[in-house]
Amino acid sequence: MLNRTYSAGIEASIARHQGAAGALLPLLHDIQDSLGHVPPDALPVIAKALNLSRAEVHGVVTFYHHFRSAPPGRHVLRICRAEACQAMGADGLVAHAKKSLGVDFHGTTQDGAFTLEAVYCLGNCACSPALMVDDDLHGRVDAKRFDAIVASCK
Amino acid sequence: MIAVYVPRDSSAVSLGADAVARAIAAEAARRGASIRLVRNGSRGMFWLEPLVEVTTPEGRIAYGPVVPEDAASLFENDFLHGGEHQLRLGLTEEIPYFRNQERLTFARVGLVDPVSLEDYVAHGGYRGLKNAQAMAPAAIVQAVTDSGLRGRGGAGFPTGIKWKTVLGTKADQKYIVCNADEGDSGTFSDRMLMEGDPFVLIEGMTIAGLAVGATKGYIYCRSEYPYAEATLIQAIEAARAAGYMENFDLEVRRGAGAYICGEETSLLESLEGKRGQIRFKPPLPAIQGLFGKPTVINNVISLASVPIILDQGAGHYKDFGMGRSRGTLPFQLAGNIKHGGLVEKAFGLTLRQLLYDYGGGSATGRPIRAVQVGGPLGAYLPESQFDTPLDYEAFAGINAMLGHGGIVAFDDTVDMAKMARYAMEFCAIESCGKCTPCRIGSTRGVEVIDKVIANRDRAANTVLLRDLCDTMVNGSLCALGGLTPYPVLSALNHFPEDFHAV
Repeated sequence: MLNRTYSAGIEASIARHQGAAGALLPLLHDIQDSLGHVPPDALPVIAKALNLSRAEVHGVVTFYHHFRSAPPGRHVLRICRAEACQAMGADGLVAHAKKSLGVDFHGTTQDGAFTLEAVYCLGNCACSPALMVDDDLHGRVDAKRFDAIVASCK
Repeated sequence: MIAVYVPRDSSAVSLGADAVARAIAAEAARRGASIRLVRNGSRGMFWLEPLVEVTTPEGRIAYGPVVPEDAASLFENDFLHGGEHQLRLGLTEEIPYFRNQERLTFARVGLVDPVSLEDYVAHGGYRGLKNAQAMAPAAIVQAVTDSGLRGRGGAGFPTGIKWKTVLGTKADQKYIVCNADEGDSGTFSDRMLMEGDPFVLIEGMTIAGLAVGATKGYIYCRSEYPYAEATLIQAIEAARAAGYMENFDLEVRRGAGAYICGEETSLLESLEGKRGQIRFKPPLPAIQGLFGKPTVINNVISLASVPIILDQGAGHYKDFGMGRSRGTLPFQLAGNIKHGGLVEKAFGLTLRQLLYDYGGGSATGRPIRAVQVGGPLGAYLPESQFDTPLDYEAFAGINAMLGHGGIVAFDDTVDMAKMARYAMEFCAIESCGKCTPCRIGSTRGVEVIDKVIANRDRAANTVLLRDLCDTMVNGSLCALGGLTPYPVLSALNHFPEDFHAV
């Protein structure tokens, strides 16, 4: 049985995408966009609707870095770890972020405000280091700017 | 009404362009000045962003980099009429970095309002499609072949040959798929184009559909590019409303953070709703691609270069470039570089020209020690190779690759053993798992490099690392496992001092 707090939303997402070719990714995005994650108890429902096995759906959810099975913090901070950002000090920014938030990658701060993630390129390579806060992109982020951005989210 | 341009490009926004736009609008309202605020794409000079432009009788005058606090003084100095100001850069198109480029594919990026179909058509848009509509499918394919256009995603396969195969394969349904999964570090030309001139991509895909007999297209855009996705969707709706999509319809699909989905067969698996695992070839996607149907799958820049070829003719495009690398490539200067940005040039200039004449050297002012060309699977080049001409064959000749044209500079503080380790680590994180040398070899690679870094049995472990790289190169189906050894070995060969070699 699906958790009642979100079952209607998931059913609506399924109805929106069920007929489309290759519907699984758009459906998972739809669910995660509204709930912040793809609840594990939704997988059998999705599998049934798309005529897939639970293993196939589980395989897809866990293959892609973007999908998460548990809710994130109120804001997701994604720091680019790729080469262009490394060339401009991303490693130092990562160390600062981990220390100031008190979490490692994939971790959520105790107050539930932030989840820290690594990302491999945000396409902002001429303005490195880059950080994405939810859907907002920031460039030339040093420790000071990181602190200011984090403070503005609170 | 005077037009004021403030880019909506996500890099410009990442440096505060939205706040600048708001400040200018507010200041205009406060002063009762009537302006038309246009959110254009970026001109690709990111050290000057946010770059604000004003239309004057002489042309567009640029000011930058602008912060919101500059709004009052800009109006005070009559920037609406090109007035003097400490941030004034003169005519945008006379800035040497821009003036010396050959903008074919990026002709409209930064110039027009990206989501205005009117603006697109007013600047030469849809002329290529109009010409194509008067041609037989085989003639369109021939024009693309004659232009010498090769896949701009990195592999450099001739686009016309791909199209010809799809045209010659009979099927009840064919597809055009745009690979907009631009995952390589140091590359952002796809993003800039989709955000700055989405209609040119739509037109290119429509022409491709006409050429091979496909009625449906997908743009697979990575999830890290929300601005590009939104811009594309808005542009597609406008094109559809204006009747440009009657025989060919397009849908944007979002990736989900898997680097491997930039590989064409993984991308097709992902579009079908599966794990993004590599497929065996053959069958080629051109014969059995998306949902088992003949499919043209091309990179954003390849498809966006098609309209100008059909508009100006194959010969015009082919006249740019050198050897077997015809036309232009939008190079992207990134990482530790003073003047980072996009430089569209004909093939053939040297890496050194790009790094110093355009890039102005490193951002930190220290010597540039290493440059990675072609993304995370591209080789690291030392200073002694900076005179290599930027051409597919010349780069292949030094065991490097041009790839998607991304160029990442590092100054002399870089630790190349660390970069080699990172290349293996990245491969381990992003491997789809299909081939053992890639899936397991990358993890073993990190461990072996750690031993070399710790100076443990250095000689033996270096031999082992080279052997492992050889296995990965020869035992992997796709470029991830097959090319990860390039950055590793180039670091080891060109910068042995970073690996404790005496």
